[in-house]
Amino acid sequence: MLEAVDLQCERGHRRLFDRLSFAVTAGQCTQIVGDNGAGKTSLLRILCGLLRPTHGEVRWHGRRIDRVRDEYGADLAYVGHLNGVKDDLTAAENLRTWAASCGLNVGGDQVAEALRLFSIDQFAQWQAGHLSQGQKRRVGLARLAMPQQARIWILDEPFNALDRHGVETLNRLIAQRVGGGGAVILTTHQAWQAPVPVVRLELGTGRPG
Amino acid sequence: MIRTLLAAAHRDLLLGLRQRSDVANVLLFFVIVVTMVPLGVGPDKDLLRMIAPGVVWVAALLASILSLGRLFALDYADGTLEQIMLSGQPLSLAVLGKIVAHWLITGAPLTALSVVLALMFDMALVPGVTLVASLLLGTPCLSLIGAVGAALTLGLRGGGVLITLLVLPLYVPVLIFGAGAVDASAGGLSPASHLMLLGGLTLAAGALAPWAITAALRVSVE
Amino acid sequence: MQAETIRPLKFGLHRFAAPPEFYRVAGQLIPWFAVAAALLAAFGLYLGFFVAPTDFQQGEVYRIIFIHVPTAWMAMFIYIVMAFWAGFGMAFNTRMSSMWACAMAPTGALMAFLALCTGALWGRPAWGTYWSWDARMTSTLILFFLYVGFIALHGAIDDPRKADRAAGVLALVGVVNVPIIYFSVQWWNSLHQGASISLTRAPTMAITMLEAMFVMMGAFWMYSIAASLARARAILLERESRSSWVQAMVS
Repeated sequence: MLEAVDLQCERGHRRLFDRLSFAVTAGQCTQIVGDNGAGKTSLLRILCGLLRPTHGEVRWHGRRIDRVRDEYGADLAYVGHLNGVKDDLTAAENLRTWAASCGLNVGGDQVAEALRLFSIDQFAQWQAGHLSQGQKRRVGLARLAMPQQARIWILDEPFNALDRHGVETLNRLIAQRVGGGGAVILTTHQAWQAPVPVVRLELGTGRPG
Repeated sequence: MIRTLLAAAHRDLLLGLRQRSDVANVLLFFVIVVTMVPLGVGPDKDLLRMIAPGVVWVAALLASILSLGRLFALDYADGTLEQIMLSGQPLSLAVLGKIVAHWLITGAPLTALSVVLALMFDMALVPGVTLVASLLLGTPCLSLIGAVGAALTLGLRGGGVLITLLVLPLYVPVLIFGAGAVDASAGGLSPASHLMLLGGLTLAAGALAPWAITAALRVSVE
Repeated sequence: MQAETIRPLKFGLHRFAAPPEFYRVAGQLIPWFAVAAALLAAFGLYLGFFVAPTDFQQGEVYRIIFIHVPTAWMAMFIYIVMAFWAGFGMAFNTRMSSMWACAMAPTGALMAFLALCTGALWGRPAWGTYWSWDARMTSTLILFFLYVGFIALHGAIDDPRKADRAAGVLALVGVVNVPIIYFSVQWWNSLHQGASISLTRAPTMAITMLEAMFVMMGAFWMYSIAASLARARAILLERESRSSWVQAMVS
């Protein structure tokens, strides 16, 4: 599904990784592991197409992602360090406007269901700026629970600021995604009990686990 | 396709409604700057009538630049911009939607306010109407060109001044044709050619600016 | 570090060959261009100050035109070349092209600045005012601002490649706007100043005057290339300071 070919990343004057190549297939969960500053976030952003590698390319179904941005974007869901949640909109409005911007037709009940899954449906009409960090994070993650066609999930430290219940919900969603023929690529510095078999990719040494 | 544009415009309009004070501040700035000029040059009616087009237009340029800070910077800071870029919909359409919303909440009120300013400067009816028409045609162009500057300077230090430095030279043709139209009609000539050129600039900007803005956004987001 | 080996992409080789090659070749070329610039300048100034006849309208002071006009043209020309290389670098993702555009910018800004200064110096004795807001000078001033904007934007971004690309977009937007700006300023000037004398209406040109101007153009052109090459080498050293070829050179 997704293939990294000979990736090199330099940030400022530091070379983070070089000659990195790997493939992600359907039904696979990949965890990127590495120390702080090893380039995990940069790698994930390169895979999304938000960051340009200094060398190499990323291919989606054999095609370079910078050539097929729109189709790739429709097949991709990304949760980064920033929540992607507007403080001045309510939780429900955030999800509705996000869906509209992706060209998805979602009804109010589907939005409510996604919020319920992460136990924040009682805050649906609250402006996101009034929510706690953890609650805002869950609004951002609730995107993953909405009906969508994205088969590849790229998640950067998704378990940050989540309580036990939130972690369980996210694990369930990841398992569903992987089980349904999608792919999940994530990083987490927390001790994570993966719900599915995981391929570990270690940055810093580059050896697959 | 048009749905993407409308979705983006709808979201930004909703946000503009929630952030009313930000919007009002820009309009206040516009009025205050224009008010400063008579205080600086004296209340001679004839002089003021003569310089009014230029003064109002320059103030409109500055107010436009000031309002650009809201266009992408907030989305960049909270991660919404990345989500828009990864949404699977053409970025140029989303950008155009945002600019349409931006114009509706800044350019259009500016144009409406200029009626009041025309009265303040004791402009005759025809030049006054030409002023409003020129702003109506020109402020979308200001939003489009300014968006390029806003996209290039995302997250940089010295933001506001840097945008001004980058964007004002590019605003020169709009200023010349806009203020020139009003001058022409004040002098009894037809402003038609000025206004047509102004409209042409806006159309050209509408066609070309989205390319530059998406390129600039992709660079800035890295 | 590899999880799987995939055949290396074919442009992997010469991207590393380019910078040290460029550094070496540029270093060899600079003296030639510098000497050419000096010789052409000497010859051009000789032609301009001693051979070209005295203008019957303006006397000797018009001779500043031999610096003013070439620098004004070079400022415009360099901007277009700069935008071309920036665009090329963005389209083909080549680092050297963007870096070259970045190296040219200060020279272009200098040319614009010289054109403005010499124009002011000419204006005062010839038409009584240092600055008369005529179309060409005003356009050159705006061009100067475009250069300054390019340099300022590039300087405000820390990562050199990102800075190259952002400034590249700005340069391309600028180059599309330059004819529009020029046209609109012409329009503005003709409307407001009517039949006033323009600094750019040169005195009727004797052949020797034209010759002198062309020679000075050549001199400034050679200088611009030499200065840009020197600056490019400095930028290259700074950006590649961690790479092996620079370390080898330094030690």
